[in-house]
Amino acid sequence: MVTQAFAQEAETPAVDGAAAPATDATHAAPADAAHGDPTADTHATTEAHGGEHESGVFPPFDPATFPSQLLWLAITFGALYVLMSRVALPRIGGILENRKALIDADLAAADADRQKTDAAIAAYEKALAEARSNAQSIANKTRDAINADLAAKRAAVETDLSSKVSAAEARIAQTKAEALTHVDEIAAETAQAVVGQIVGDVSPDSVRAAVAKVKE
Amino acid sequence: MAGTDPIHQFVIQDLFPLFTIGGDGTEGSGLHFAFTNSALFMVITVATIVVFLLATTGSKKLVPTRGQLTAELLYEFVAGMVRSSAGTAGMKFFPLVFSLFTFILFANMFGLVPYFFTVTSHIIVTFALSMLVFLTVIIYGFIKNGPKFLKLFVPAGVPGYILPIVTPIEVISFLSRPISLSVRLFGNILAGHITLKVFTGFAVMMIGALGALGWFGAILPILMAIALTGLEFLVGAVQAYVFAVLTCMYLNDAIHPSH
Repeated sequence: MVTQAFAQEAETPAVDGAAAPATDATHAAPADAAHGDPTADTHATTEAHGGEHESGVFPPFDPATFPSQLLWLAITFGALYVLMSRVALPRIGGILENRKALIDADLAAADADRQKTDAAIAAYEKALAEARSNAQSIANKTRDAINADLAAKRAAVETDLSSKVSAAEARIAQTKAEALTHVDEIAAETAQAVVGQIVGDVSPDSVRAAVAKVKE
Repeated sequence: MAGTDPIHQFVIQDLFPLFTIGGDGTEGSGLHFAFTNSALFMVITVATIVVFLLATTGSKKLVPTRGQLTAELLYEFVAGMVRSSAGTAGMKFFPLVFSLFTFILFANMFGLVPYFFTVTSHIIVTFALSMLVFLTVIIYGFIKNGPKFLKLFVPAGVPGYILPIVTPIEVISFLSRPISLSVRLFGNILAGHITLKVFTGFAVMMIGALGALGWFGAILPILMAIALTGLEFLVGAVQAYVFAVLTCMYLNDAIHPSH
């Protein structure tokens, strides 16, 4: 099963731990022999399974490869850790922090501006309300003044009128009373004249007494 | 054969060797260190994350560009996760959680590119990451709370006679966290990649074996592989998220041990 060519193919990239550059495929097998490897025969057999290291075990479980892997894992992972913790992560963290600080500052400024706007709006509304109440009071005052003036004038006119009415009434009453006093005289004169025509002269006094008697 | 072998993709290949500690100089003895394909993709993963985050945030724009916005979203996503799970006190672990999340996320995503190696498909990597979290929790928990950290195993409001049962359960569940955390990630990624490879390999084998008829027969497995690729992107993102969220919750235990 193991052909020379096949063993060489598996061997190709290998360097067998020794200084000999075994990368030359044609010299792979002789190089092994030159190492004085006592297991050279079985070596070739195991390489049929692709094993670069001597044991024929499953490669991930081959302890011969452990030292190299651990060494290089320590070197590479250590370098990664140092570079991450010292350089890369602080830098990215700084970028994020910067941006966050800037955004926060902008938000704070915007908030302050908003508060200013709110204050301005409140002041405006207060002034507006004041002006409105001022206007109301002025209107009220004016209306009251006009009403008072009107009422005073009306009262003056009314008193004037009523005084005139009462004066007129008094004059009427006086005229009427005067007229009424003349009625008795007229009646007495008329009665005297009538009686004088009928029965001859009578004294005005008696006529007057008679009229007064009738009137009662 | 190697082209359709579903295991081949997980093979660690030495790109160039570094050094060996101990051993007698023979092959396979001692602790062998090398720059491997896995290491290469770890480097690519980390380099991509770092370059992306640094390049997109360089100008620090107030109004972000698309790239900067992506970086910011990633940051805020993880920060929100940490804050909601572990509270503001947990933010000191934010770099750790962020590193874990991005590392796993980018490693998973790179792993889905054909011919790319998947770093998180190896248990040792996921286990190391979960042990990092586990040890951080224990050490920080004891430093911050002292012996009160052990209250974690004694849930408040539980009657005294149940405690002998509850406390061992709590201890076992606490100790199994690094295992479950690592195996969950490893298992999901490994299984997903094997499944993908099996379906695509099946298509290749059909074409190879049946010729023209094989092209027709390959449609179904290819459709399946396309659907699975979408699923694997989801799985890769979800597993990175799950790992990060569980990390946050475990860290929350260290910060506030009393339930």
